Amino acid sequence: MFAGRIAMERLATGSARLASANAAGGTAGSAAALPHVTIRGLTKRFDRVSIYENFDLDLPRGKLISVFGPNGCGKSTLINMIAGLVTYDAGEILFAGKRREQVKLGYVFQNYREALFPWMRAFDNIGYPLKLMKVPKPERRARTERLVAHLDVKIDLNRYPYELSGGQQQLVSIMRALIVEPEILFLDEPFSALDYEMTLFMREQLQRIFIETGMTIVLVSHDLEEAVYLADRILLLSRHPARIADFVVFDSARPRSAATLSSREFVQTKAHCLDVFQREVRG
Amino acid sequence: MKQRLDPLLPVVGVVGLIVAWYGAVWYGIVDPVLLPSPGATFHALWSGMSGGALGLDFVKTVWRTAVSTAIAAVIAIPLGIFLGSSERLYRSVEFVIDFFRSTPASAMFPLFLVLFGVGDKTKISVAAFGAALVILFNVAYGVMNARKVRLLAAKVMGASRLRVLLDVMLLESLPQTFVGLRNGVSLALVIIVVAEMFIGSRDGLGHRVFEAQQLFDMPEMYAAIFAAGALGYGLNLLFILVERRFVHWSGK
Repeated sequence: MFAGRIAMERLATGSARLASANAAGGTAGSAAALPHVTIRGLTKRFDRVSIYENFDLDLPRGKLISVFGPNGCGKSTLINMIAGLVTYDAGEILFAGKRREQVKLGYVFQNYREALFPWMRAFDNIGYPLKLMKVPKPERRARTERLVAHLDVKIDLNRYPYELSGGQQQLVSIMRALIVEPEILFLDEPFSALDYEMTLFMREQLQRIFIETGMTIVLVSHDLEEAVYLADRILLLSRHPARIADFVVFDSARPRSAATLSSREFVQTKAHCLDVFQREVRG
Repeated sequence: MKQRLDPLLPVVGVVGLIVAWYGAVWYGIVDPVLLPSPGATFHALWSGMSGGALGLDFVKTVWRTAVSTAIAAVIAIPLGIFLGSSERLYRSVEFVIDFFRSTPASAMFPLFLVLFGVGDKTKISVAAFGAALVILFNVAYGVMNARKVRLLAAKVMGASRLRVLLDVMLLESLPQTFVGLRNGVSLALVIIVVAEMFIGSRDGLGHRVFEAQQLFDMPEMYAAIFAAGALGYGLNLLFILVERRFVHWSGK
């Protein structure tokens, strides 16, 4: 109902180029453009415990990157540092050479109940980032309506968040993150508070958004199946101080479906990731 | 059938109380001079409230309570937001607030009498003082306990500190602010009624209760007590209804 429609021209700048890069099947990151995010010498300590020590990482542009690793290894801390929500002690994070203040990012929190504003109707929640950018009200309205139409969302947006189901609230959160047409979308375990049925539905929603926009998406997940199923790249982190245990490529064609889950490449990739993960947990 | 009668459950206690009261009067368990019959009491309440002196006293007490609560709110809400917006700032004045919040406001009467003399000014300012501290404390905590994720969400969307304060912290603190207002108005009523009894008052519910007792007019005294009770209950209910209307997300 969504895939195969016109690309969301307003949602992602340069989506055509990115879409074609995607269509090429992502034949390894080497041929793709320069990295979207470059992290150099990142160091972060909590009370003398070193979470990141001189950490380097490149995130490719236009890919969906899953971050997976042992509990407490700093998955969320990593994307929070990239998104500017958490300070770091040393190092540098650049977005194609630009600093954090110069780029627009979208961020979706795990706890949608606390992330949304309960005093605003869903519609106004989605438009709030535009209000911060001083976009006049009629244009806010128009842009929100366009986004809703594009995503084919069937939610009564005149309701308040607490009147919506968990999945609907998280969908509103995602739309609020997308409304500013961010360069990168971060999601911190976005579906882990939802029941299984809703989780499956939301994965498809996220995949649709990715296919349509081709934007860079970074997803922190604690579910390996989800991490592999949705991703082009799976970033496997070690225990702290975090190292890159592996940065696995998974190039299965999109749109992916239930059949993907039983395909050989999926099973192999997941098994490989699990191997690396278990080695890291034991290590 | 059982569910249909559920809304009537609160009536049970009221009926029970009146029956017990009648019983006590009927069987002479309590000296009839000390405890008049419910009939005599409600007659005094009715005639007093409909054009009698009790009605005027009621209005006076409502007025004093309303003015003192309004003064308290106007001072305490902005101050609470200001203090609550920085946890370090609040910690630095927390002891002073807690100390005076714990001080019985009635202990302040002599001081305020010296400052403002005998009259409405003293009553209202002591009540406002007590209510303001309760409101201040609640507003500040409401602001400080704003959901962390909500603040981060605003920050990641690019909200400035001022915008976070106005768009998020302020609204986040509203449910707690209403808790403060409800407690504040209750306290203001208590202080006003006490002040009306003991510091040279010629009207008000406190004065009415005290005078009726002095004149040994028991039905009148009970009537004034019930009027004060109804006022306290009504004020609380009023704030709950206003909160439900304007802070619709509270507790959700």
